[in-house]
Amino acid sequence: MVMKLRTLQRHVKESFKSLGRNGWMTFASVSAVTVALVLVGLFMMVLFNLNKIAGDIESDVEVRVYVDQSATKADQTQLASSLKQLKNVQSVTFQSKTQGLNSLMKSLGNDKNVFADVKSDNPLPNAYILKTKQPEQTASVASQAKTLPHVSDVRYGQGTVEKLFHVINIARNVGIVLILGLLFTSVFLIANTIKLTIVARRREIEIMKLVGATNAFVRWPYFIEGLIMGVLGSVIPVFLVIVVYHFAYYNLGGNLSSMFISLIPYQTMTTNLSLLLVGIGAVIGVWGSLSSIRKFLKI
Amino acid sequence: MDDMIVMQNVWKAYPNGVMALNGVDLSVKEGEFIYVVGPSGAGKSTFIKMIFRELKPTRGKIFVNHKNIANLRERQVPYFRRKIGIVFQDFRLLPKLTVYENVAFALEVIEEPPRMIKRRVMEVLDLVGLKHKMRSFPDQLSGGEQQRVSIARSICNRPPVLIADEPTGNLDPETSWQIMDVFKRINEQGTTIVMATHNRDIVNTVKHRVIALEGGMIVRDEEEGAYGYEA
Repeated sequence: MVMKLRTLQRHVKESFKSLGRNGWMTFASVSAVTVALVLVGLFMMVLFNLNKIAGDIESDVEVRVYVDQSATKADQTQLASSLKQLKNVQSVTFQSKTQGLNSLMKSLGNDKNVFADVKSDNPLPNAYILKTKQPEQTASVASQAKTLPHVSDVRYGQGTVEKLFHVINIARNVGIVLILGLLFTSVFLIANTIKLTIVARRREIEIMKLVGATNAFVRWPYFIEGLIMGVLGSVIPVFLVIVVYHFAYYNLGGNLSSMFISLIPYQTMTTNLSLLLVGIGAVIGVWGSLSSIRKFLKI
Repeated sequence: MDDMIVMQNVWKAYPNGVMALNGVDLSVKEGEFIYVVGPSGAGKSTFIKMIFRELKPTRGKIFVNHKNIANLRERQVPYFRRKIGIVFQDFRLLPKLTVYENVAFALEVIEEPPRMIKRRVMEVLDLVGLKHKMRSFPDQLSGGEQQRVSIARSICNRPPVLIADEPTGNLDPETSWQIMDVFKRINEQGTTIVMATHNRDIVNTVKHRVIALEGGMIVRDEEEGAYGYEA
């Protein structure tokens, strides 16, 4: 059903009137949403980045299969093809001992000179680097690879990856509980502040119902009111997220990059998180507002 | 003439176990004027609330304007109410709106076109004799005037039925007669009126059909009846 423009105008006018008339109540509700969303915003910022870092590390997980020093060229070729036939292996890359040493030296940066001496007498074995189809298959692939002939050793990020995921999971669950708690609290606060103002408007709702206004008609101004309060409540949190992430990304991000960790790009993060916060604000505003009048519609 | 209100074996039990109505049968013809009398707690309020579907009967059928409202769907209720005028003892006007706005409010919330609203509000204010007070606020009016505003509001949508719950309960005797005069005019235009009242003088003077309720049952139903209770 399409609403008449005149009716929409009336609803908008009514909601602004009521927001203005109950100025302090409006302020209280908006503040409640603001506090909740500031915490939600900061938490999401951390959580999203932890998730991304975990994902990056996860996709980086590889199994290094070291070839026995005594293996011949033929043995190596034989090994390569059997590695390829292992279940869940996506790719097999050969890394010669020289390449291995080079990449090791490179990753050490200025300290690479300590290896200058060993260059002529490279102690590293040749290696095959396996990538699995799914990150959680690394362990099983590694143990299979170990049983093959001419394999001296198999290495992957045993333990560390699992630990990281474990920590992230706990952080995520605790965070979700906290966030839900906060959001429910602000819904409750909004509902209650509107309930305080409703005493005066109760009669109005009653009359509307008695002369035959539909529930939808009665609800509209409250819907708009809640929407406005929720969106107003998200202004400060959005601003804060933009400022804080600017600092985090451009200052902290630089330090982290030396540890091979990259944060979610500034633009992506601020855009998505802002939209999310405005959305959450709108939902709790509307929800709180509408739940406060439910009781009064039963006439 | 057609039946405007029909009750068939209507029972009402409240959740606390009180039986407010015990098998009420009644039919009210179109254009009729009836008084509903009876001592406090006899079921008058329940009876009245039943007609505009504030309450649903526990058992039985209620036809208003040929529609069984006992099984009316919740979302149909507003459209049903638009065809019923309701007047209360306490007027129920909005204090921050003028007389004109209070009446227009009833038409605005059912989304009538503004042009029609203006014309109709002036018409009904004229009918209740308050056109000259249209810019006043309720607290600037006497009780009788406020009740006339509320009557104007109740009939602005041209309902075939007007329900009045103790409309003179808060008014002095002289003012009450003015209200009855307005009801008479509305009734003459063909509107069925159901009026619950404690006002013996009115019932005994302005003769209409009287329905007496006691213990949730109709104990008397007389054309041109009398109030019949000691004051």
